[in-house]
Amino acid sequence: MAKNDVKVLGAWPSPYVMRPRIALNIKSVNYEFLEETFGSKSELLLQSNLVHKKIPVLIHGDKPICESMIIVEYIDEVWTSGPSILPSDPYDRAIQRFWAAYVDEKWFAAMKGLRSAQGEERKAFLDQVIEGLALLEEAFGKCSKGKAFFGRDRIGLLDIAFGSFLAWLKVTEKVNGVKLLDEAKTPGLVKWAERFCADAAVKSVMPETEKLLEFSKFLAAKMKGAPPPKN
Amino acid sequence: MAHEVVLLDFWPSMFGMRVRVALAEKGIKYEYKEEDLRNKSPLLLKMNPIHKKIPVLIHNGKPVCESLVIVQYIDEVWKDKNPFLPSDPYHKAHSRFWADFIEQKVYDTARKIWATKGEEQEVAKKEFIETFKILEGELGEKPFFGGETFGFVDIALITFYSWFYTYETFGNFSIEAECPKIIAWAKRCMQKESVANSLPDQKKIYEFTVWMKKYFGMD
Repeated sequence: MAKNDVKVLGAWPSPYVMRPRIALNIKSVNYEFLEETFGSKSELLLQSNLVHKKIPVLIHGDKPICESMIIVEYIDEVWTSGPSILPSDPYDRAIQRFWAAYVDEKWFAAMKGLRSAQGEERKAFLDQVIEGLALLEEAFGKCSKGKAFFGRDRIGLLDIAFGSFLAWLKVTEKVNGVKLLDEAKTPGLVKWAERFCADAAVKSVMPETEKLLEFSKFLAAKMKGAPPPKN
Repeated sequence: MAHEVVLLDFWPSMFGMRVRVALAEKGIKYEYKEEDLRNKSPLLLKMNPIHKKIPVLIHNGKPVCESLVIVQYIDEVWKDKNPFLPSDPYHKAHSRFWADFIEQKVYDTARKIWATKGEEQEVAKKEFIETFKILEGELGEKPFFGGETFGFVDIALITFYSWFYTYETFGNFSIEAECPKIIAWAKRCMQKESVANSLPDQKKIYEFTVWMKKYFGMD
């Protein structure tokens, strides 16, 4: 399929944008990456995602698909000749989807809270993040069954869902002066993270920690300058 | 294959209702276990240690949690009858998108209509109506969100219908006046036995909410 038949609208710092890019790489699908400018939304984005006006958007031919995990499942279902991203067994699929939802709704919500919180509130978010990692360590043991990834032999849905946050996790460690992934407490995840980041499908789209750290400082400064949120 | 199916649920929960509808659509026999959420059973805590929430589907001893994950699971295991999702990947993604939209936009806003007062309640009513107008747009002239047949998005949304009288009474507004197509769609869904038998009476939900507000000192 010609390269310009598949487009991803996104931005390099976004973990959500990384997800469809990893999935397309797994399937060896060529695509055009259309980078949005920070602070403004292109006409193409506004037209392709009328409801949320958010990245990522996958444009396949002339059809837009939105919401990162929905895009990943779409990619898996369309490009069937490549390695599978979801397992075939319905129960295994349910477990992967459950944990992907947990990562997005609970764990990353706590990570985001940590970014802007102060004092006691900050400690509470940090505790939640660490508790979440302990749960994910246990989930890793159960899902991987001794293999390399949550998806066992190959990167799967949950690897993509959780792994896409690793660059931000490293930034959070630096900014807060804490170790979140720890050889003592989360040994499985430490090794998994190394394998995930080194994987051919991931390497080219995972931002470098230093670059993301700079971006995070830029973002924090912007947010300080922004008007207070409406209650 | 023998199927042992148990549902841990709480009768007013629109999330639990989704699973009831899904099981009924597939004609699956199951054991319904009512949970007292003030006193959660050891079984619930064991089967959903992460969130400790209902609904939980226990299929041959193995738990599945999160209502839309459960509905997809049911669709994939009992795949030969009444499929909930289209087979074409693009239309499937489209259905999942709208179910996710419902998940993101409806519950918290709707809850504020009965749980809050004054300015906060007015803002919530406005958002609720906006959300349902968007959903009306998506429904268009189709009989169901799934097209000609009742499907995944219909299951995700219809269970909120049992709470409409509660929202209207506390919020002092008419959903039918604002979104007539949604009401027409809901009544169409309620003609299905699988839906009518799975949703409690709207007045019962209202009485429950009145009781709950008193009990938790929310008045």
